[in-house]
Amino acid sequence: METHELIKALAADARRSGISMTVAWSSAVLAAVTIAAAVFFALLGARPDIADAAQTFRFLFKFAVTIALAASAFALLHMLSRPEADVRRSLPHLAIAPALLAAGVVAELAVSSPDTWSARLFGTNSLVCLTFIPVIGIGPLALLLLALRHGAPSQPALAGAVAGLTAGSLAATFYAAHCTDDSPLFVATWYTTAIAMLALLGALGANRIARW
Amino acid sequence: MDDSDLARLFRAALAGDERAYGDFLHAAAELVRVWARRRTAFGGLDPEDIVQETLLAIHVKRHTWRTDGPVAPWLYAIAKHKLVDALRRLGRHPRLEISELEGQLAVEEAETVRDWEIDRALEMLTPGQRSVVTAISVEGRTIAEAARSLDMNETAVRVALHRGLAAIARRFGRD
Repeated sequence: METHELIKALAADARRSGISMTVAWSSAVLAAVTIAAAVFFALLGARPDIADAAQTFRFLFKFAVTIALAASAFALLHMLSRPEADVRRSLPHLAIAPALLAAGVVAELAVSSPDTWSARLFGTNSLVCLTFIPVIGIGPLALLLLALRHGAPSQPALAGAVAGLTAGSLAATFYAAHCTDDSPLFVATWYTTAIAMLALLGALGANRIARW
Repeated sequence: MDDSDLARLFRAALAGDERAYGDFLHAAAELVRVWARRRTAFGGLDPEDIVQETLLAIHVKRHTWRTDGPVAPWLYAIAKHKLVDALRRLGRHPRLEISELEGQLAVEEAETVRDWEIDRALEMLTPGQRSVVTAISVEGRTIAEAARSLDMNETAVRVALHRGLAAIARRFGRD
């Protein structure tokens, strides 16, 4: 088939275009938040003392980190779903949440005595954290990967990893309302590990399904 | 034709204007052809295969273009993605040995029947999809003419065309 013949066939199919990326992403995000909330409230629910906890800086700081990561990862993911995405320009935004968390760790080490560091780091919920962040995040990850597949990422694996970061930080935002370990040392260790697991899963998944 | 003309055609095409879409695709093909020729000067790649694969990718991914942005960065990003894909395939399954290359170069000028990648993808369609795609492309029929000659209704022709093109885009160059 010659190229001008191919063009005739493509032009005849002009009317059937896919749904816009804006619609695809907003519905994926809406569904992802709904699923994360449903799984969270079905399996865990908020901690009983949440009203008191909300008065403490450490508890609120967890949300600052996870929400900052969710927002910056999603902005990057949205960009990476288009073929012409300029990664070098948008990747630095992803450093906001890690920088915030690093500052929290330094502050925690400065204000707490060294003999409490180990207890703060390991907490009482590390296995719960490693289990439930992935469990809450897996559904949202699947939805984000579907939206990514609808797009045209030039680097599917990278975009998939960022989808995992988005889903993981969304899940961590819900999980933070349940967990009683509020130290930045705990967050930096276990939340990060759990979110990294989803990022890896996202990279592998996108490499399979978001190729085009 | 500069980028703003191209963008205007593309916006009209996305609104369903078949004629504007045809003009847009011809202009896009020419840009990609010039771009691909320089990058496939040696080795076993045919630049026209890259042009066709890029056009198909443009078609199935045209909703990823930002309608308020320029066309060229988007267009060349797709072309690059497809060229990298083709080079990777070539690395896995070299089409010819080095010793054959000299012979190939010698006969290239005389070659008239080309070995199109797209025809391999076309062979993998269902018979119904293939006859619709062939009627509209190679035979140059309109949707209505194709519907009459194949004894189908127009909606069925459109659906078969749409699915057939999506399947070709998915299978282009795959082994």
